[in-house]
Amino acid sequence: MTQESIEEKAKKLSELISTKLKSQIVSVECSLGHAVVRIPRENMLDFFKILKLDTELGFNILLSVTAVDWLDKRENRFEVVYHLLSLQHLHRLRVKIDVPENNPEVDSLIDLWKSANFMERECWDMYGIKFKGHPNLKRILMYDEFKGHPLRKDYPVQGKQPRVPLRHPEVRNTAVDMHRPPLVKINKRKEKSVGQGVRS
Amino acid sequence: MSDLLNVDYGVGGVTTHFRSRKLDDDLHSETMILNMGPSHPATHGTVRLVTELSGEIVIDADVEVGYLHRGFEKMCETVTYNQVMPYTDRLNYVSPIINNVGWCLTIEKLLGIEVPKRCQYVRVIMSEISRVSDHLTCLGASAMELGAFTVMLYMMQAREYLWELIEDVTGARLTISWGRIGGLKDDLTLEFADKAKKAFKGVREHLANCDRLLTRNRLFMDRMCDVAMISAEDAIDYGLTGPLLRASGVNYDVRKQFPYSSYQDFDFEIPLGTKGDNYDRFLVRFQEMEQSMRICEQALDNLPEGPINVEDPHIRLVPKDEVYTSIDGMINHFEFVIRGVEPPEGDVYFPVEGGNGELGFYTVSDGSGRPYKVHVRAPSFIHMGAMRKMLLGANVADIIPTFGMINMIGGECDR
Repeated sequence: MTQESIEEKAKKLSELISTKLKSQIVSVECSLGHAVVRIPRENMLDFFKILKLDTELGFNILLSVTAVDWLDKRENRFEVVYHLLSLQHLHRLRVKIDVPENNPEVDSLIDLWKSANFMERECWDMYGIKFKGHPNLKRILMYDEFKGHPLRKDYPVQGKQPRVPLRHPEVRNTAVDMHRPPLVKINKRKEKSVGQGVRS
Repeated sequence: MSDLLNVDYGVGGVTTHFRSRKLDDDLHSETMILNMGPSHPATHGTVRLVTELSGEIVIDADVEVGYLHRGFEKMCETVTYNQVMPYTDRLNYVSPIINNVGWCLTIEKLLGIEVPKRCQYVRVIMSEISRVSDHLTCLGASAMELGAFTVMLYMMQAREYLWELIEDVTGARLTISWGRIGGLKDDLTLEFADKAKKAFKGVREHLANCDRLLTRNRLFMDRMCDVAMISAEDAIDYGLTGPLLRASGVNYDVRKQFPYSSYQDFDFEIPLGTKGDNYDRFLVRFQEMEQSMRICEQALDNLPEGPINVEDPHIRLVPKDEVYTSIDGMINHFEFVIRGVEPPEGDVYFPVEGGNGELGFYTVSDGSGRPYKVHVRAPSFIHMGAMRKMLLGANVADIIPTFGMINMIGGECDR
């Protein structure tokens, strides 16, 4: 299969989706040899279920879940982007869902593809998109105490984070305490002003 | 015991309760929580595993990644397209050239250009050399963790032959930054073909030795066979790609199914496993090295003549002698350095076959010289999502070989 035939396949796939699932999609196109479909947030689970179970489509691998932050550029700030692959038909599909800023939530795909677990956690961590129905939606690349979502466009590149307090301050490191003598207060040297020499 | 397991979404529940649960009321037996990592001597990579054990059997596990997160995707948004190249080196730092090539191909797709045939072949040669060194590192380290130190030394020596080749061409060994959008930094050296021949001979000798030491070794087989099995359906469900998916018997290789950079010109085979256990993963990787070297030899034999860079001053730097001798060259050089490559608006996803699986870059361009968004589909990250599934029911001692065969590369997993 060459690049040209890959592009032809993508064109055919986008036509197939536009005829088959016309009522469930907003738009479908073939951009740069890749079928792209935009769907509404409502009933997205049904749409993905058809993508997975339909024999002509058969998208059995969820490749990636990510989001794009269109801060001040589009009406809906976020765009959740899924990449799917069908191993039987060797199709690739990109699915986009517009998500507004005030309620950044989509349904979790974990019942359809188990690979959604880590990827959706990452997307939540980086963009703050909530995945409804995810059983364990917590941060994955950042630490739990992290404030904000780093890949949002309004998060500064060199943003500073507050210091994390000790997680278990009551736990003493006994191994260290046993072998180390208790801290002795060290007398600080008297500070000398600049003019006076060290040697006198 | 079975009712103890959480609903298997592939989601661990250990860190949420983090205390032992009762196993049996009559015997008052409890499970044990065992923490491994983030810095553990037997795991090469910073990853934390919290396992819940019943006796010596893992009944639940939490895999915590992210200890090496450096904000790759955020950094990419602040630099020009060509300046992303050094960052991609640090994704899978065992096979950086594949990352370079993947990034170049993504942006070339966005620009709608195709590089000259010679460049495609040279990229294939260097990618395959990188793949061999990636697999050598993975297998060598895993074998060492099972006690076969000699194998590791043999494999490191073999890798050294290959890295010398890479050093000859690129001038660097680890963080290479050798790819360029619309071409390459350097062409192959004149004596490359001869040196490659010698190097491959050395690698094959060492591999034959390792084969004799490991493949039918009773101790090695006992540790690897039937351990961390994953069926083809589960492997697909968990999004595994690369050697892990092929070990489960699914014939999917981006080089064959979605050929890029002239992979369709070469004759090579895709080794497949049957069971999807650690031993199959080992064998698949072992066989792939031979296939990679075959591809290299074919590419070297049929290497087309011609330029390696596209001749477009908006995509590739003009040659230095032109910069210093002509005003046009000077202007083009200045413009290119200040503005960088400026692809049209749009988004693109391009997959390549990385050392661990499908490595895909998803890039959104807003028409400026800097990427608006970059996302990496990192195979290691997704494979770590399946690690809990592989470990359930395994022994504690199986954790390390399983982790070795998943071949998590921290830089790629945590980005």
